[in-house]
Parts: sequence; structure tokens; C-alpha cells
Amino acid sequence: MKARVGVLALQGAFAAHELTLAGLGVETAQVRTPSDLAAVDALIMPGGESTTMSRLLETSGLFDELKGRLSDGMPVFGTCAGMILLATDVLDGRPDQRSFGAIDITVQRNGYGRQVDSFETDIDVDGFVAPFHAVFIRAPKVVAVGAGVNVVASHDGVPVLALQGHVMVASFHPELTADNRLHAMFCELIGS
Amino acid sequence: MTANVKGTVQVKRGLAEMLKGGVIMDVVTPEQAKIAEDAGACAVMALERVPADIRRDGGVARMSDPEMIEGIKAMVTIPVMAKARIGHFVEAQILQALGVDYVDESEVLTPADETHHIDKYAFTVPFVCGATNLGEALRRISEGACLIRSKGEAGTGNIVEAVRHLRNIIGDIRKITQADSAELFQWAKQLQAPLPLVQEIAETGWLQVPLFCAGGIATPADAALAMQLGAEAVFVGSGIFKSDDPSPRAKAIVEATTHFRDADILAKVSRGLGAPMTGIGMDEINQRYAERGW
Repeated sequence: MKARVGVLALQGAFAAHELTLAGLGVETAQVRTPSDLAAVDALIMPGGESTTMSRLLETSGLFDELKGRLSDGMPVFGTCAGMILLATDVLDGRPDQRSFGAIDITVQRNGYGRQVDSFETDIDVDGFVAPFHAVFIRAPKVVAVGAGVNVVASHDGVPVLALQGHVMVASFHPELTADNRLHAMFCELIGS
Repeated sequence: MTANVKGTVQVKRGLAEMLKGGVIMDVVTPEQAKIAEDAGACAVMALERVPADIRRDGGVARMSDPEMIEGIKAMVTIPVMAKARIGHFVEAQILQALGVDYVDESEVLTPADETHHIDKYAFTVPFVCGATNLGEALRRISEGACLIRSKGEAGTGNIVEAVRHLRNIIGDIRKITQADSAELFQWAKQLQAPLPLVQEIAETGWLQVPLFCAGGIATPADAALAMQLGAEAVFVGSGIFKSDDPSPRAKAIVEATTHFRDADILAKVSRGLGAPMTGIGMDEINQRYAERGW
């Protein structure tokens, strides 16, 4: 059976993720409600504002449903704000901001600074021959990583792409460039 | 190891991508910024007076006091935008030095230059500009704008102009995708826009940068209307803090922008919000801000 990949569409760069997945021939669906979530096999949590998404996860009734799916092992890929929402600990977040604790990392919101400090650069990803061009937008910084987490790429000694079981996170935006290798990597994770 | 490159078109347009599906709220104090963030705003626009007050007070409207912008920056963790006058590149330089996340070269402030807009390529900070039609949008993009908002008529609480401008822009995009290559030359001439940008639209079917809606949104239904017409996010100016009860209205507009096609949710969030801003009809105003911009 071919997997249907949901893209959390409460706020943020969900459309760009859908385009990238469509380019890989993957069936996608936007997820805004619990019934949308029930109809997908895996989920991408995009970049955007984590505080906005956190609030909308509560009001839409998605938070508890998604927490349940994550503990059942649904594959998930969080980029930027999505990574913040999946982390165990968030620094500089809002006091009422809840995260799912699905991957054992600590992230600092806006750890790379404000928009004038946003940047693009090439990074080396384990298993990729050519470097991956990564765009960092007001990006969160990974400040601690648990023992069970596999760091797949680092930049300036800081982890920027990591895996733990069915959870994959990136502090940058693979959906903003034409390179779809990380989305393909996530599709492999879904298949395994 | 490759160096980090800042201020590229990719990086600037990237932040606009992150704001999609969200609500950017006008705020004039750090307290209002906090209310906006608590309500789920994806960014705030820091300014001295909301457009409804600028309209009432008259006089010259300028960039806000840096102290006020810094107060707002210190209060919230979401992106902070601020307005510079059309053509006033020094105000923009100051805003960049203050570390704001987006500069709005805005017709709501009194223009500083009646011929030229700011050369936005000269900046690391990204710019958003208003447009009433596709030609204006493409001229702003050719100057380096990384986000376009339909202008609407700020400070009126009346959605009619925003609808007109969105329909203008998106309607012409649809027509261009149907045009043959010879007709594209005529489109470029008619729109007074660079041909390569027109050709790119014919190919991709959309603007080079995200298109948001501004100017006149006062209710959750207004926000959902803009989204269903094709806007990718909304700016709400006077509509929130000129209403009776800003916080619940702000929350409702955030939910309406996310669930813009779900009438059941729209009906639910539209209840019991108190009075919206009174608003004014287009025949009652003597200054149309949308006419500013060249």
C-alpha cells in the first residue's frame, strides 16, 4: 500500500512541502483537523511560527490526537518550527507552549538570531555524495542531543539534521530548494 | 566548509513562506504586541498609530520611534515588522539597523518620494510592498520586494477595496497563463512591468513571491474571504485594536485564517466577539492611501 503523507497546514510553509512531495510522486493531504489526521499515514510538520501552531493545535483538537499517533510510531518529519514542536525541551519558548517530546533534543527558539541573521549554506549529510544546500530562516538551534538520537548532519559543529526511530527533524528548510533528497529520505523512513 | 550567506533573495522570500496561513497584526504598544502573540499572530507590525487613527489625525505619518519598536521586539518572540515611508530609504536603513524582521514600504505613511520606491536589493532585511494591481506588484518585485500585499484601503474596516485589488491581481495572473507568447509583450506593456517577470508568471501561474491581503479586514469572515479569493495570509491593521474586545477577535481571526474553507468552524469562531470597528464607506473618505505608490 502506498503511504499518504499529511502536511500539517495550520500555518507556515506547508504548500512548499506539498510541492516537493508531489515532485516525488507522493500522495499528500493538508491536515487541519483530527479527521484530516486520521486519513494520513505519516506527517510533515513545516516551518512557520511555533507559537501560532502550538495554539492552533490546541484549538483544533489536534494536539492530543497527534500525541497519540506519535506514540503509536507514525513517521514524522519536522522542519524548523516543526522541529521545535517535536523536541523534548524548548528554550526561549512561551511558557504555555507545549511540545510533543518525540525526539530527545533540546532546541533554542531563534537560536541563530533574527531575520537579518538568516542565511544559506552547504552542509554535508551522512550518506549523500554531494552537499545539501540548506536555508536557515530565524532557525532554532539544537543545544543538546540525547544518547538515542542519530545526528545525520551538522553545521559549525551544531546538529542540524537528526533521526530517532520514526522521527526526523531539520533546523533548516529542505522544502525551499529544488533538492528533494531529504524528502526522499523521509519517504524511505515511512517505507521501513 | 562553505560560508554562511545572508540577505539573499532565497533567505528573504523564505521568511514570507513561513508567514503563510497566518495573521500579521498591527500593534502600537508592547502590551498590544503581547495580546497579538497570545492570540496566535505569526508576526506583528509595529507602528505609532493604527491606520484608522492616522486617517483621523491627518498630518505627516512617519516611521515609528525606535524606542517603541525596541520595546515591542523585547516583548514578543515572533517576527516584528515596521513601516517606512515610500521612497524613504534612510528610514529603512534605520529599521534594518534596529534588527526588524521585515520592512513594509507602506502607503499608509506619507510618501517621501513621489517618483521612486526604495531600491530593496540594497538591503539585508526583506521588504513587503502593497499593490492594487498586477503591474504595481511586478514593479515592486523588480525593485526587490520579497512579499506583496494587496493594499485595500487601510483604516476603513471596509473589505471592498481589498477584494477589488485581490481580484485585479489574481484575475490578471489567470489571464496571463492563457496568453500566447506574442500576447505577453502586450501584457508587459499594458502592465508597465518587466517582460521577463510577465513571462515567468505565464509559466508558473503565480507571482514570484507570496501574495498576502491587507487593508480593511475587520472580521473572521473578512479574513476567510481574502483567503478563499487566493491570498496566502492576511494583515489586520485597525480591525483588531479598534474593536470593542481585541483579544477574542484576534484569536477568532487567526482561527478563521487557518480554517478558511470550513464554514462550520467559521460560524463557531464568529460568535460573541462584541462590536467590530465601526468602519467607513469609500464615499466618506477624502484620502485614498491606495493611490500612493507608482
